[in-house]
Formats: sequence, C-alpha cells, structure tokens
Amino acid sequence: MALNGKVPAGNLTEKWTKYRASMPLVAPNNKRRLDIIVVGSGLAGAAAAASLGELGYNVKCFTFHDSPRRAHSIAAQGGINAAKNYRNDGDSTYRLFYDTIKGGDYRAREANVYRLAEVSASIIDQAVAQGVPFAREYGGLLDNRSFGGVQVSRTFYARGQTGQQLLIGAYQSLSRQISLGTVEMYNRHEMLDVVLVDGKARGIIARNLLTGELERHAAHAVVLATGGYGNVFYLSTNAMMCNVTAAWRSVRRGALMANPCFTQIHPTCIPVSGDYQSKLTLMSESLRNDGRVWVPKKQEDAAAIRSGHKNALDIPEEDRDYFLERRYPAFGNLVPRDVASRAAKVACDEGLGVAPTGLAVYLDFSAAIERYGRSKAGVMGLHSPDQKTVIELGENVVEEKYGNLFAMYEKITGENPYKMPMKIYPAVHYTMGGLWVDYNLETNIPGLFAAGECNFSDHGANRLGASALMQGLADGYFVLPYTIGNFLSNDIRTPKFDPNSAEFMQAEADVKGRIDKLMGVQGKQSVESFHRRLGKIMWEKCGMARNAEGLTAARRQIQELREEFYKDVFVPGSATGDYNPELEKALRVADFFEMGELMVIDALNREESCGGHFREEHRTEEGEALRDDANFAYVAAWAYNGWDTDPVLHKEELVFENVELKSRSYK
Amino acid sequence: MENMHLKLKIWRQGGKFPQKGQFVTYELDNVSEHMSFLEMLDVLNEKLIAQREEPVAFEHDCREGICGTCSMVINGHPHGPNSGTTTCQLHMRFFRDGDTITVEPFRAKSFPVIKDLVVERAAFDRIIQAGGFVSVNTGQAQDANAIPVSKESATVAFDAAACIGCGACVAACPNASAMLFVSAKVSHLAMLPQGKVEAKRRALAMVKQMDLEGFGNCSNVTACEAECPKEISVENIARLNREYISAAFAYDEKEEKGGGAG
Repeated sequence: MALNGKVPAGNLTEKWTKYRASMPLVAPNNKRRLDIIVVGSGLAGAAAAASLGELGYNVKCFTFHDSPRRAHSIAAQGGINAAKNYRNDGDSTYRLFYDTIKGGDYRAREANVYRLAEVSASIIDQAVAQGVPFAREYGGLLDNRSFGGVQVSRTFYARGQTGQQLLIGAYQSLSRQISLGTVEMYNRHEMLDVVLVDGKARGIIARNLLTGELERHAAHAVVLATGGYGNVFYLSTNAMMCNVTAAWRSVRRGALMANPCFTQIHPTCIPVSGDYQSKLTLMSESLRNDGRVWVPKKQEDAAAIRSGHKNALDIPEEDRDYFLERRYPAFGNLVPRDVASRAAKVACDEGLGVAPTGLAVYLDFSAAIERYGRSKAGVMGLHSPDQKTVIELGENVVEEKYGNLFAMYEKITGENPYKMPMKIYPAVHYTMGGLWVDYNLETNIPGLFAAGECNFSDHGANRLGASALMQGLADGYFVLPYTIGNFLSNDIRTPKFDPNSAEFMQAEADVKGRIDKLMGVQGKQSVESFHRRLGKIMWEKCGMARNAEGLTAARRQIQELREEFYKDVFVPGSATGDYNPELEKALRVADFFEMGELMVIDALNREESCGGHFREEHRTEEGEALRDDANFAYVAAWAYNGWDTDPVLHKEELVFENVELKSRSYK
Repeated sequence: MENMHLKLKIWRQGGKFPQKGQFVTYELDNVSEHMSFLEMLDVLNEKLIAQREEPVAFEHDCREGICGTCSMVINGHPHGPNSGTTTCQLHMRFFRDGDTITVEPFRAKSFPVIKDLVVERAAFDRIIQAGGFVSVNTGQAQDANAIPVSKESATVAFDAAACIGCGACVAACPNASAMLFVSAKVSHLAMLPQGKVEAKRRALAMVKQMDLEGFGNCSNVTACEAECPKEISVENIARLNREYISAAFAYDEKEEKGGGAG
C-alpha cells in the first residue's frame, strides 16, 4: 500500500493557512443532513463533538464512562504548551515546532507538527473564553512555567489539575451542544467494532454496558478519539479503563497501526510497592522545575537506605550524585522524559536505587524550598531571617505551586515530601504510536478519522511534557472540524445509512461471536491475572530497554499466553441483561494481546534507538540513543490480518525540508 | 500492622442478589496497609472469582482522585472517613486489624442504584446541560490576555472548579441536596468575567433543573462540605443564593427572545 500523507504543497509556514482557505466546504443546510459519530469524550473527543455540533452537523458521541466528564484527559497534571511568547523569552511558532520535532527524535511529520504549533495559541484563547481558571499573576495576566526538553516558559497551567480544567471546559461546551440538540450523548456505551460500507467507515457497533445489548449506529463518518494503549503494560499511569479496543478493532477492519513500539515511560512516578498494585501514580513533570533528581554516590549508602538503616537526610551533599545535572548540564533536571527515565534506570541498575525494591531515585525539593524562602523573606522585608523562617516561607511557596501533588504523594506513600525527598521511578505513561492518519487526520479507511492520543501523528518517538493536552485540543477544536469537511463534501447527497443493512448485521454478529467465545471458555483464571502476566512480559522485554533476544522471546510468550487465555479464562456473570465489568475487561485484554504482539514486532523491526524506543544494540559510547536516519526515517504502519500471518509493514518516508536531522543533545 | 484481617459488610444488589439489595459479609486476610481501598476490593473480587462467585460491582477509573468515578459510602462516610480524600486514594493504613468495614452505595433518590455499589449520576450531567457553561463557540475567542482577571477571583473560581462531580455532597446530605455541586459550578463561572455575562440565566436554569431531578433542599447542614473529597466550600452555596435571588428578581425571560435582525 502506498501511504500518502497528503501534506499540502508550499512553504511550511503557509501550508495550513492555504489549505484551509482552499478546502471544499459543506454548506450549513447540508451539514444538517450529515451524521457524524465521535467515539470518546476526552479532550479530543469532547472538543471535536462540541465543535462539529456548533458547525451544525448531527453528532452522536459515545463514552464508556457514566459521564463525558470522566475521560483520562482529566488526570493530566502539569500543563499545556502554547507558543504565545507572553514571557518575551524568544518563543515562537517555529520554536515550538522545532522543539517538538527534536523532542520526538525526528520521527514525526513536519507539516502536522507545524500546524499543531500554529493552532496552539488559539487553544489557550478558547479555554480562557470557556472559563478555564488558568494560573494568573498579580497583574491579572496568565502565568507560565517550563517543561522538559525546552528552554522557554510556554506551559500554561491550572495548579496541578490542568487536564481536569481543560476537560471540564470541553465538557461544558459539549453539554451546551447536547442541550441544543446537535449532539446526542451515549454514556456507558463501548465501541466494539467499526462498520464499513463500500470500503468507507459508516458506523459502529456499540455495547450498552448496563444491559449488555449490542447496538448498531450509522453515520456518514466516524471519528475515533479513544486514547492510548499504555494499559497493555497492565501497570501504567493510565486510568483503569483506558484500552485499545476501538482503535484495534479498526485495525482488524483494515486501518494501519503506526509506530506501535513508541511508548513513553515517564520518569517521575510513585514506585511500585506490591503485587496487588493496580496502577501507578504520576508526579507531574512540572516538579522537575524545582525538584533535583539524585541518588547516593556510594553503593553502600544506597544499600543502607534500602534496608532502612539510613535515610536521604543522612547522606551529605558531597555523597549525592545529581546525575541529570551532571550528565546534561544544559538542560539539567529538565531533560525530556525518555532521557530522564533511562538515566534513572541506569542509576538503579548500578545498585544505587533507594527503595526496598531497588527501583527508585530521589526527587528533592530542599534547595527550592530554601531558595523560595529567602526570596519570600526578601519580599517581606526580613533582612536576616533564621533558617526555620526561611524553610517555613519556602514550604508555603512550594505548597502554592505544587500543593495538590505533594498531598497526593503523602496520601499514597505516607511520607511528607516537604521534609523527605520524594522517591520516584519511571512508569508507562503515554503512547506516541497509534492509528496512522494523513494530514486530514483520516486513517487509510476513508471516513474513519482519529484524533488525540489514539493517532500517531505529532509526537514522533517521544512526546514533550504538556503537549498531549495541546494535541488533543488542537485536533478536536481546530483541525478535525475543518478537515472532515474534505471527506463529507462528497457526501452531501448521500442519504442516511441504514443500520439494518447487511454490513451492520454482519459486524454485530462478529461482535457477538467474540463475546460468546470469551463467555464460553469458563476456565479457571481471572481476566486480571492474564492482564498482569501480559503486562509483565511487555514491561520486562518491551519497556525502557529492548533487545532482539528479549523481543523475540516476548513475542513467543505473548502468543502462548494468548492461547492459554482463550483456553482457561473465566468470565463470570452473563453477557446480556446485566452490568458485567469482568466481560468488559475480557474484551479489552483480548485486544491487548494482539496489540502487545504488534508492539514487539515493531520494536524488533526498528533496528535503531530513538526517543522512547531504546534498543540496547544501538547506542553511542556514552550510552545515549543512536538513531539510524539512513534506514529508519520512516513511519512504520502495520496491517494486521489475524494470528496466522505476520503483520505487513507499510512505510511512510519522513521528509525533512525545514529541520536538519541532528543527533539529539541535551548536554 | 503489616497484614490485616478484615470483615467487610458490603451492599449487594442485582445480579444474583435480590433487586432490593442486602448486606453480605466477607472475610479477607492478608490485607497490606499499603493497598488502596479499591485495591483491597480488587483482592476480594479476585478471591470471589476464584470461588466462582459474583464479584462486587463498583465504579472506578483514574485511581488518583480526579476523575470522580469512584463513589461508595464507607463506614457511613461518602469516600470513607478521611477528609479531602476520594475512595481510590484512601489507603488501608487507616484501618486496623480485625476491623469490620461497612460499604454501601451513595444513597439518594436522584442517584438510582444500578448494581451493588454502582449508582447512576447522569442527573449531574443534565444540570450542567441546563446552563453550566459559557456560551462561546470554537473560534470566537479573543486573545487570552485581553481581559485581566485578578488573582483572587481566579483563585476563588478555581477552588469551585475543582469539583470532580462525584456526588459525595448529595450522598452526605440528609436531604440529598445537590446545592454544593450546583453552587460550585455557578460560582466557578460567575467569578470570571467570561462567565459573568450569563450568570443570572445560568443560576436560574441550573436550579430549575436541580429541582426537576428531585434533589432535596438545602437546610444548611454543611455535611456536604465536610465530606467533599475536594473540600469545596459551602460559601459557594451562599454565593449561589445571592446570584439566584438577584436573578429571580432582575432577570426577565423575555430577554431570551431576540428575534431576527432581518
């Protein structure tokens, strides 16, 4: 299959403007005749559904949650990037574009990323107009902070709850459209298949989670905004219900899955504490503005800490290794996530970890508390404050900045991070890979669009902090509502599709077959136990560091586990007439097996290290990732045709006309 | 105490249990103090599944206190005994070996029980749909810094906007009133210049929908504030009352009917 990204011709800086001005439009009276299904109500889905409703389309929006206000976008903590240059620190659209391309280790499509940077400023305007209470300064104007991988302050934030506030803004806009009747909302419905009519996406099969009934919904186009697949790893910072099913079922109908091995391991999460653990909790990257990451220099000190004979405060300054500041002086603690995560892993591999499991490093705020305390004392006119006053004042400032994160840390760990450095360790957080889409955000299946984390488009091999919110909202508010018109303008005379047609009936029968198969096993092991075992294989062999031997073994293990799953899984309850969360999980885990295998295959194929994908065979003498631009400057888009045949690789060559491919250095 | 033994008195309703519901007592061993409350329930469910019994249905998602999906009343308190904490962030170190823990769904007429500990909270969505938004379309916004907002106003707005829509306020209230939820949204938007424009209309519409949904009246018990996992203040209720009273006198529904300008 020849993959055409459909990037418009012309200068990078003019592509989007010119394209938007020349793309075919759908007149208002025709929009009323066109139906669009939006699956997902996170930032991308809610923004798209609301904006499409405002334009006059008939929208049906689906979520598996009880309310469209719950999607996992809500958990994003730190902030959202935008090239506003309100700080006067040299930011610009081009700089945001460049930082994102470089941060993604040169594995994203230039034109998409430039467009993202271009529309970023409008997102902040829109959110403020909706009533999103961003942080402000005393003058009443918006505040900013810095995130990893950049040297400007372009991140807008709402305490440590930026995702929540942006999602509520989008949810409110969506609610307004629901009240106006342009959007029909389907809560507690999970998409289990996409329906193709004459090769185009014209509907979905959704399961009503309360009754178990399967429903056929037809439309002129389908938009997936269904998030990432980080829960393949079982333990991740994703919410428990995040899953790949909607995207994966589209792959099973012919859509391509792009760069599935590009997963983001976030450096600052609360470490694993036991086998019962169900998820991991992120500590926002914003903390690295002020926190310093370190481990003891001496293995004996680390061992004493692990056994409880010493604690962080017992280690004198000269015996601490602030390893990010040492290895990457230019960016220090604010190196990108992939770099910080690997450095933490290296420290722990060297026996310097500080948790009983050996898998944790410190994130220390004592220097920041002292610095802020002195500054605050100055503001208050205290000329020679004592140390106790300084610390008190400093803790107040830190509380104002990060209070909710510190409180969350204390709730989970029982330790006070104002007094004792946090213990953190990397965890799966985000997936850069996703459904392959062209410049229109359209997959290779005509009429099937993908927005937000579920597409692969903007982050290359590593996403920069505070860019997920930006991309989700850019896609939903400012890209998709335009580009979907390209497809729909050909359908203004197409009557409504019949959900009782043969294509819909067949798709429903297929879904029922999958459900019956799982319910019919009646084996001995729980869905959860299989998911945990899959996650362990993925984390150990396709996690922060990968090699050919491990990946080859992982593929075999996943296949064996999948066979065992279909022979011995036990799904209690019934498929219809009852609310059955175990069946929901079983359907999701079944798809995680296939997705997991594809991730391993992609990781094996990509014989280079880039961004979050670190192949141990490919590294520099200093241990940094070693890219191979001559052979791998392409998007790997996979077609999957079932268990019996190998997935087929289609390549989209990445063309860099505006940035020079360089070895990524944060030194 | 590293590993605890607990007795769990859990409300079961629907599925294989009676439609009107009943308490069922379960014993659970080896509960680690590091588990979250929901992880403890996961362990119970895995045990039930291994015995081919029906697992306890409960709602949950982010497990970091922000999505508002988890609910349940633990020992008489929505989200459990700790203040400012959702069920998912409640850890077992706050319980003792040998404890009996009672777990029930949120109870309110407007939150019907679906199964076991799961209730339907769509009434909250319908209240937001009635007016809990700023009427602005995508693309209409001016520059974000065009209107300065005082840090104080932004802070008050944020404190109200921190509501996670979980419904603990309703479950805590003897009248099952939704005033804390409604007032938080009214305050959040009324405190900001962008939301001020339609503040009166919003307050009237949301209160009307709240009444239609069958939530009870506020009688200043303030249990809502005490049980709110996000510590939303009852000052918001006072603000809503002011907004509502001035709106009821001043706001003329006819303002709505603009008509075409030709």
